Amino acid sequence: MDFTPSTAAVQFGAEVRELIARVFTDDVRQRAHDTGTMHDWGLHRAMAGQGWIAQTLPETLGGGGRGPEELAVLFRELELAGAPYDGLSICAMLAFVIAHVGNAMQQRLVLPKLLAGESLIALGYSEPDSGSDVAAARTRAVRDGDRWRINGQKIFTSLAEESEWVFLLTRTDPDVPKHQGLTFFLVPTSAPGFELQPIHTLSGKRTNTTFYDDVIVDDEWRVGDVNGGWKVMLVALAFERGVVGGTRDAARLLAVAETQLRAATRDDGSPALADPDVRRELARLAIDCEVADLLADRAAWVAATGQLPGVEGAATKLFASEAFNRGTNRLLDTAGPAGLVQSHDVTALDGFYEYCYRFAPVTTIYGGTSEIQRNLIAQRGLGLPRAR
Amino acid sequence: MDLDPTDEQRSIIDVFGALADRTCPVEQLREHEPLGFSTALWEQLVAVGAPAMAVPEPDGGAGAGILDLSLAVESLGRRLAPAPLVEHAVTARLLARVGALSPDIVDGAGIATLALRPARSDHVATLVPAGAIAEHVVALDGDELVLVTSPPGELIPNLASAPLADRTLAGARVLASGDDARLLHSQAVDEWRVLTAAALVGLGLGALTIGVRYVTDREQFGVPIGSFQSLQHGLADVGVALDGAQLLARKAAWAFDAARADAARIGAMAFLFAAEQAQRASERVLHYHGGYGFMEEYDIQLFYRRAKGWANVLDQPSREYARLADLRYGPVAATAV
Repeated sequence: MDFTPSTAAVQFGAEVRELIARVFTDDVRQRAHDTGTMHDWGLHRAMAGQGWIAQTLPETLGGGGRGPEELAVLFRELELAGAPYDGLSICAMLAFVIAHVGNAMQQRLVLPKLLAGESLIALGYSEPDSGSDVAAARTRAVRDGDRWRINGQKIFTSLAEESEWVFLLTRTDPDVPKHQGLTFFLVPTSAPGFELQPIHTLSGKRTNTTFYDDVIVDDEWRVGDVNGGWKVMLVALAFERGVVGGTRDAARLLAVAETQLRAATRDDGSPALADPDVRRELARLAIDCEVADLLADRAAWVAATGQLPGVEGAATKLFASEAFNRGTNRLLDTAGPAGLVQSHDVTALDGFYEYCYRFAPVTTIYGGTSEIQRNLIAQRGLGLPRAR
Repeated sequence: MDLDPTDEQRSIIDVFGALADRTCPVEQLREHEPLGFSTALWEQLVAVGAPAMAVPEPDGGAGAGILDLSLAVESLGRRLAPAPLVEHAVTARLLARVGALSPDIVDGAGIATLALRPARSDHVATLVPAGAIAEHVVALDGDELVLVTSPPGELIPNLASAPLADRTLAGARVLASGDDARLLHSQAVDEWRVLTAAALVGLGLGALTIGVRYVTDREQFGVPIGSFQSLQHGLADVGVALDGAQLLARKAAWAFDAARADAARIGAMAFLFAAEQAQRASERVLHYHGGYGFMEEYDIQLFYRRAKGWANVLDQPSREYARLADLRYGPVAATAV
């Protein structure tokens, strides 16, 4: 056993930090905050320009062969810096999916644009009536010769406003068990009949509802087999869990809190860092951060040894997001009334707990709720019988 | 990074597990209450050289690191093995550092232990772990680190059925004084934290194993209760936290062996987290047993009692959190300047 990070991972971490510091300036950060967008093209293209998106693909799929440990480092550093990385993680995931199961046209036309940071894809999974039960999707795709006619509605289609395509989960056969009648398409957001409406969220970030009204796409935009959508979904999930982000929100909370508290004094003039409540909560949070990092290390390690870190990824996501919520709630309490004050100046540390308190709840929801992760851990990890 | 145990480490885990299963399985633990010590088990540990496993070779030990020892301890912890391997090992290592390690401690014929907290002003070390079975006690007495060799103390009955006793330090031999004494003592307590973290991780995993088996076998409403989501989610949380506790305890042990500057800090985290999660695991699994969990006859109560006892013999948890904050931010007085 050896917990030393690989030289490659340490070196890559330094490169990532350097690029973030250079590109993701306070101005850029302020703009992201003000617009509520979860994406910054400058940062995204700078990373793509370094070849980092391409390098996330395994060598066997023509990628740069950065191992899971390095991949995890990339997302951890972005997260720790509070830099938007949703676009990057979706690009990396879709590049993986298209390289695996995409057709020749998609690999020729879409893949290079993703790898070069030219285009984004939004995930069209959730619907108003199907969230965790994602396989119950009802957005309908009906074959019409060499084309498909799509009708339906998706919700939480984040980044659709910046995307060239939506990776759309549709129902192609309503008469078979739900997992067997699903098909994926890449739907151009420029297609007639596609519309989007912004959804404003608690954290100030923007997502969308997207509408598909007789949207026509050629069959060549189908990803994977007809009615083979669930298999494609599993390929996507295999890439997503536990490696590409969602592990370091608590670490960012701790880092910002420590910076802030070292300089802060209370109304009575005493140093904020001398408060026993503050010290205890910081100590607790520091432990949770260490544990979250180790669980993430383990998921990356399992992936590096050639296995799918399904349970390990779920464990990481569950623990990290729950810890972030716990830590946010407790630290906000330690700040008393001052913790309630909002600030929209991203260079100020004031208002950070207040922001985290509005942001934290979504982290145990998106990417698979805590309940979904617990089901998976209980049944696949602990071997408990299927829930009834 | 390599998070898999080596073949040698796997065999440590297996050997110590098998040894405890053979000599003192959990079902027989009650025979060793309230003293909390199995002579037969200790003899087996002596036979495999465990008492001096992590003592440097020049001092007569096997020269293993804290990590390897912690894997043995974790395996023993899963079975609640009633033997003071942690206390003996850290005390032997301390005595080796000051050149006071006697042959009976190396071979385990005489049990050695460490008073975790400084002695009272009347030169009595209170609630010393293994104090009711050890001949040799190392303690911090005022400004001095001392070694007393005397008959084991009288057992103080306690929650964990652990061999706790007060020990008087009259006539003790002085091993070191001043800063040296405090440093040597705190070093040994730091090692105790890391190894006890491993024991608590083992305890938690042992409780979880019992829990998974119980909820799979036990049927209510015509189905195994483990098919109910409320129980599944409770056990999933326990499992994830124990995985994390295990990784953290192993990392802390590794950090000690690598003499990393942050080893004590990671060890403090490992101890606190393992203590909390072992308690939670045993409490939850006890609860999932329903009324049976409250019966003396069922083994889970043995875990529930020890989870608290093994950890709190050191100090109040809140003071351990405060200490961790001191390690991260410096003591409050310094901060307040």
